Amino acid sequence: MSHSQHPIELLRFNTCGSVDDGKSTLIGRLLYDSKNLMEDQIEALERSADITGGGMINLANLTDGLRAEREQGITIDVAYRYFATPKRKFIVADTPGHVQYTRNMVTGASTANLSIVLVDARQGVIEQTRRHTFIAALLGIPHLVIAVNKMDLVEWKEERYQEIRDEIEAFLPKLGAFRDVKFIPMSALDGDNVVDLSKKTPWYDGPSLLSHLETVHIASDRNLNAFRFPVQWVNRPNNPTDQKLHDFRGLSGQIASGIVRKGQEVVVLPAGIKTKVADIWTYDGSLDEAFCPQSVTLCLEHDIDISRGDMLVGVDSLPGRSSELSGRVCWMHARPLSPGKKYFLKHATQTVQAIVTKLDSRINMTTLEADPDPAALGINDIGGIRLKTAKPVIFDGYTTNHLTGAFILIEQGTNATVAAGMLTAPTEAAKPEYSDFAI
Amino acid sequence: MFKMSSYHLDHLQYLETEAIHVMREVAAEFERPALLFSGGKDSICLLRLAEKAFRPSDLPMPFLNVETGHEFPELLEFRDRRAKELGAKLIVRTVDEAFKKGIAHPTPGQVSRNQLQIPVLLAAIEEFQFDCAIGGARRDEEKARAKERFFSFRDSFGQWDPKNQRPEIWNLYNAKLNPGENMRVFPLSNWTEMDVWEYIKKEKLEVPNIYFSHERECFRRGGQWIPIPPPHGDSSKPDPYAGARPKPNEPVKKLVVRVRTIADMISTGMIESPADSVEDIIAEVAAARVTERGTRADDKASEAAMEDRKKAGYF
Ligand SMILES: Nc1nc2c(ncn2[C@@H]2O[C@H](COP(=O)(O)OP(=O)(O)OP(=O)(O)O)[C@@H](O)[C@H]2O)c(=O)[nH]1
Ligand SMILES: [Mg+2]
Repeated sequence: MSHSQHPIELLRFNTCGSVDDGKSTLIGRLLYDSKNLMEDQIEALERSADITGGGMINLANLTDGLRAEREQGITIDVAYRYFATPKRKFIVADTPGHVQYTRNMVTGASTANLSIVLVDARQGVIEQTRRHTFIAALLGIPHLVIAVNKMDLVEWKEERYQEIRDEIEAFLPKLGAFRDVKFIPMSALDGDNVVDLSKKTPWYDGPSLLSHLETVHIASDRNLNAFRFPVQWVNRPNNPTDQKLHDFRGLSGQIASGIVRKGQEVVVLPAGIKTKVADIWTYDGSLDEAFCPQSVTLCLEHDIDISRGDMLVGVDSLPGRSSELSGRVCWMHARPLSPGKKYFLKHATQTVQAIVTKLDSRINMTTLEADPDPAALGINDIGGIRLKTAKPVIFDGYTTNHLTGAFILIEQGTNATVAAGMLTAPTEAAKPEYSDFAI
Repeated sequence: MFKMSSYHLDHLQYLETEAIHVMREVAAEFERPALLFSGGKDSICLLRLAEKAFRPSDLPMPFLNVETGHEFPELLEFRDRRAKELGAKLIVRTVDEAFKKGIAHPTPGQVSRNQLQIPVLLAAIEEFQFDCAIGGARRDEEKARAKERFFSFRDSFGQWDPKNQRPEIWNLYNAKLNPGENMRVFPLSNWTEMDVWEYIKKEKLEVPNIYFSHERECFRRGGQWIPIPPPHGDSSKPDPYAGARPKPNEPVKKLVVRVRTIADMISTGMIESPADSVEDIIAEVAAARVTERGTRADDKASEAAMEDRKKAGYF
């Protein structure tokens, strides 16, 4: 894999906010005005307009791809769309605003590095606006855009825009996390300030949405700090005839953070054994070094018992190792989270049994404060919990490493994914009794 | 040494590493996965990704293909050869066989066997006890597909329930199943048609020659150029292409054409094109004014044609 000098950057973003704020319409408008729609897609829009829209095309139908969505005029599940401009490639997740489908909003937002939260200018900030902004912050999405939409319905009044902006800026410090926040007044329906700047907002001196998406600085979003390599699959050819293949033992996986070099010392966790990287094997040949998020196969100097779920890490900064974890979860299932119940916890490449031992807090979506000691966490609640796992987990805090700090909970029996979780940073690093490998 | 700023993946490398990660999750989490290989351009990319994910080991899953009996012969030749070259086991199940076994029944008045692939696929999954099938579907192909997860859960009837999909957070895929259920996994979810061709170019992948411009006799039907099927050889048997041959009012023309997407011969519209190299095709895709599936009759049946087929167990 080459280190090309000026690659086209990829930005993944999602739209969110309350129901009917215009998220799907906005994406339709972005695609339409940036000439990313094909003739047959436009024809299909026009055909459905004749039947249902009284002649007006409905841009939301571009992403509302399910029959039930078009019938009800709402988004139920995330739709992904792909488009490009000469400056960047984009993957967009259009997520639903309906509270009932918050789990799908979390799905679409979890892989984004920019979130657009829409606000209906008539309604202003409501609970769902706060919830989605809170979730975006919780997920550690670095870039935030607040799109004050439907400005056409409030006569493009600057005061209304400013009111909404003030209200959001008042609670943003409570969330803390965003690297940059941009406010843009717009009409998704008419396209003002979406691709082109509008004449109707002479008082607005920022960029259009698209030009912001094309220029927001994302190069430093990647995590090149401490090396983490969750072992995904043990690569053993077991070839009886080819001697070289017969002895090949590789550890395949995707680098979760940092950089690894041939010859470098690494620690195998949880075993706590130190060894060296003998080879960075790829189908395209050996590499001298590899970095996050490349998928590679590492061969080690010593033949150590390692399996899926183990982690190779750099010697300079060790992760935590514990079977008592704490963190925050978005609860996504109608059956409330009950302390004492057993779940499967999937973290990086390992799945272990876990018991929720305590509910620490529940976020009040009106005040955005954490209320202590809740009786339960219901669907769409966000709260702090503690867990005990059947085996120690090798982890980092979510804020320092998304991939080694995230987990999901799976209900036993139904196999439903019931929670998305973000771990609190370990209080102390794993202390392996270093055994330098020796036979 | 490289500067920090050069630790950078371009978008194809990003899509590749994402897809490799998904494939390895499949190998690690499922007991009996299969890879759906048709010989089409998307599944060709899947094969290269499988090599990148699993080499130097053998590919830890067999290939599976459901044949309608209406395939381009070039495609079948290519499919068989590639499987052999990669040392993979290829399992083929056919609609004709399914007719004989009573798993599927010819639909009166329906020439295309596209729909009939569903019961054959489900029967093959049951026969081999596959708990997972990797497919080359992409979200940018179609608006129901745009809604689908990487790990798409199917109940014991093979059905997709789009209103009740499992949340899929970060890259933590929930692969847990109860007996009888299975998973469809789509490593190319985030790839576009352009990405596929750029990857084919970058990796120098061979594709069947029907993707390249050639002379072929076609006839006009439903606004599309449909290829003339092979002649009906054994007249003691019913013509497998009955209904798919030109009628007297459908004049036959020799054209310079290629396929943009491959279904079977009956529902694949040929496009008139001089593109005879991957570079030409990339230029053509960049300038295209209609989507790839704009040339497929099976998707034009209704607004929700794909959604309905997927609910019934389609790829
Ligand atoms: N006047 C006006 N109407 C708008 C604007 N943007 C969206 N709408 C209308 O608002 C309604 C809802 O739009 P959608 O795009 O479906 O809203 P959504 O946010 O995607 O809704 P959910 O996905 O169901 O949460 C539609 O009737 C749109 O035409 C706008 O800028 N101005
Ligand atoms: Mg919507």
